[in-house]
Amino acid sequence: MTANTPLLKVDKAGIRFGGLKAVSEVNLELQKGELVGLIGPNGAGKTTFFNLLTGVYVPTEGSISLDGEKLNGFAPYKITKKGISRTFQNIRLFSDLTVLDNVKIAYHSLAKHSIISSIFRLPSHFAGEREMEEKAIEFLKIFKLDNVLYEQAKNLPYGQQRRLEIARALAANPKLLLLDEPAAGMNPQETDELMNLIALIRERFDLTILLIEHDMNLVMGVCERIYVLDHGQLIADGTPEEIRNNPKVIEAYLGEEVS
Amino acid sequence: MKSSKHAKGFWLSIVLAVIFSIVMQFLISGGTLNPFYVNTLFSIGINIILAVSLHLIIGITGQFSIGHAGFLAVGAYMSAIVTMKLALPFPVAILAAGMAAAVAGLVIGIPTLRLRGDYLAIATLGFGEIMRIVFLNIDYVGGASGMTVTHLTTWPWVIACVLMTIIVIVNFTNSTHGRACLSIRENEIAADAMGINTTYYKVMAFVIGAFFAGVAGALHAHNFYIIQPGNFGFLKSFDILILVVIGGLGSMSGSVFAAILLTIISTYLSNYPELRMVIYSLVLVVMMLFRPQGLMGTKEITAFLKMGKSAKGGSHDDGKHTTA
Amino acid sequence: MFPIPIFRDWEFIPISNGGSAFMEQLIQQLVNGISLGSIYALIALGYTMVYGIVKLINFAHGDVFMVGAFIGFYSITVFHLGFFPALLISMAACAIFGVLIERIAYKPLRNATRIAALITAIGVSLFIEYGTIYIRGAQPEAYPNGIVPLKSIEILGVKISGQSLLILAVSIFLMILLQFIVHKTKIGKAMRAVSHDQDAAKLMGINVNNTISATFAIGSALAGAAGVVFGMYYTKIEPLMGIIPGLKAFVAAVLGGIGILPGAMAGGLLLGVIEALVSAAGFSLWRDGVAFVVLILILIFRPAGLFGKNVREKV
Repeated sequence: MTANTPLLKVDKAGIRFGGLKAVSEVNLELQKGELVGLIGPNGAGKTTFFNLLTGVYVPTEGSISLDGEKLNGFAPYKITKKGISRTFQNIRLFSDLTVLDNVKIAYHSLAKHSIISSIFRLPSHFAGEREMEEKAIEFLKIFKLDNVLYEQAKNLPYGQQRRLEIARALAANPKLLLLDEPAAGMNPQETDELMNLIALIRERFDLTILLIEHDMNLVMGVCERIYVLDHGQLIADGTPEEIRNNPKVIEAYLGEEVS
Repeated sequence: MKSSKHAKGFWLSIVLAVIFSIVMQFLISGGTLNPFYVNTLFSIGINIILAVSLHLIIGITGQFSIGHAGFLAVGAYMSAIVTMKLALPFPVAILAAGMAAAVAGLVIGIPTLRLRGDYLAIATLGFGEIMRIVFLNIDYVGGASGMTVTHLTTWPWVIACVLMTIIVIVNFTNSTHGRACLSIRENEIAADAMGINTTYYKVMAFVIGAFFAGVAGALHAHNFYIIQPGNFGFLKSFDILILVVIGGLGSMSGSVFAAILLTIISTYLSNYPELRMVIYSLVLVVMMLFRPQGLMGTKEITAFLKMGKSAKGGSHDDGKHTTA
Repeated sequence: MFPIPIFRDWEFIPISNGGSAFMEQLIQQLVNGISLGSIYALIALGYTMVYGIVKLINFAHGDVFMVGAFIGFYSITVFHLGFFPALLISMAACAIFGVLIERIAYKPLRNATRIAALITAIGVSLFIEYGTIYIRGAQPEAYPNGIVPLKSIEILGVKISGQSLLILAVSIFLMILLQFIVHKTKIGKAMRAVSHDQDAAKLMGINVNNTISATFAIGSALAGAAGVVFGMYYTKIEPLMGIIPGLKAFVAAVLGGIGILPGAMAGGLLLGVIEALVSAAGFSLWRDGVAFVVLILILIFRPAGLFGKNVREKV
């Protein structure tokens, strides 16, 4: 299609657990800067697909590459360093730690000071720590979380926890951000705020975003393109308009409602 | 600004600790403290090292290891070999003990730290038992009857090792590396997703913890005149575990406090070892039922001092004043 | 400063000096191993049932085994009962004891962290051990000889003691009984349901609390039986005797795949045989270590156990 390589290229990727094919033969391409949705009924394999992208599961078939580099078989932390960062469907914050520490941890891979310099409190330790702290505070301002820097993450209200999780994922400096049902459990007003935030960070950090959402209407509103997954297989992709009128998609969702 | 404040507090506590150790040295050499108290003091020191080193593994990194006595044993035997068989000086023995235990930590840590929770616990317990049985079967170190060791542990060595342990572990914890360990305790999957090499940091915490347990082993061996494999069974591991749990998982000052308190209590109960164990076990169960976070929870003593300050109208507002 | 465990060797019963043929020795050791292994298996069943249902390593289980041995001992020596009545009394008493432990110590912690539960289990274990020592002292007791007058029999020229056979018979009977309870009775069905999905079981009207108690009761009764059989076979019993067999039984449970009943039986027997073979090869001092080496190897290479399926944590 385009001359330049896509940011993310998923080529016939899939995984089977024992005899069960959880995800199979998924082809997906993301161009730099796109905001793309991934939808599908419950149990369609959306989160499993995210787990494939982030290295939690190793694909048993096909390949996944970021900026032309193959990612298959890398440990999750390496994939994060290569530029894919994520949030979780069921929020996974470092709940006993402060908001500030949550973000600082995401900066860890940028740290230049070694364990030795920290243990002996060498100048590089102080410089490194100070830089990290300043950056993190600056960063949390964007997310309007700078008034709760020293609050334990578990004490934040739900909406702020979701925001913190996105902030933390972004602090890891990704090229591609994966959001797993970021609006789950939010009221309409919070969802609106969230959508504004996503638009803001996308512009500001020059990001590519892949978004899982269960709620079709919501995804239709913000995404430029949508992929639809059902029973572990890609059944459709296209613009929101095309997806809305795709008989296969309607069937997949109706089928779910009937059963 | 904040780090300079930290640094000030750091140096202040070092100065206080040095003054304390010098005063104690005078009390000991002047004969004010009788041998019974001196011995208790040494035991407290050794137990602090053990508790703080295990705190790094369990309290900070969240890896439930219950074979800490295995590293103690490695350190004790290694140091005894260095002084008794090779006739090298005590400082070399302490260092060798730490290194040997650290190597043991590396060897056992790499395969077992992939396991989680209960499985890791039982694997480390197995490791501790294997170490005991290995020493039981090596004639070079005396088998079941053990090794006699000269008394070389003195107050300066004890306090120096205690301070070194505390400084290293506090400095490690309060850095990006310590936060990496904390993130593993909090949520390993999320830590991984944030780019933390979880295996590396788990093994690192294990190795550092093992190193200091080995150092404690050297002090232990040269304090008690004799070491036998039976001294390092899982009951010893549980003894160390109890210190960390009662102090509060995640609180280093809690571990230190518990080490002091429980060593004194058990010294007074040493004529009634069964009663001591009955009381210990009851305290453990009651604690888990009513205060599972331990005496201090995850808080450090400095957090309480800070709270006191800001209540008095202290200038900095980075306390936890919003948590009602 | 810290008390040293007084635990000690219950060595294998000496080999009868019938002939020096290697095969005979081997068969003899295998018989010893199977006898010991069936004791491990009985204890392992309780571990695995409890783990399957509440995901707790019940460290106190080995001590229930010890209490069972003592109850059997007092039933025989003080009340002059025979082997089978003593066995039944011990099983009944241990069942009650197990339920008490569960109700008092574990139940309040059902929603606590795994670490808290594990520490409690360790605490309960220490409490039973040292409570027993505090009450009756640490001195060992010896089961009287000839409680069950059984003659040895000879198979293929190898003399097999009647007691070995009795152990085997009792163990096999109890295991079959357990299989029957778990698969054919209502409480067994409830146990399987609760271990599969506690919340769903509750919604289906199963009394989860009672089911968990029943699991502890059955597991503890098996441990009690193992205690009596052990006392009869190895004669010597003492308050810390439960620690090592308890840990090894846990190894057996992990070996077979924790939560799986046939796995615990196979794991117990296999571990007993491995230990016997190590002894036979002349490394009897290393025998206690072998179980833990097996444990670490199985945890590293096949953490789900020989009979288990790998289950990954859900992300």
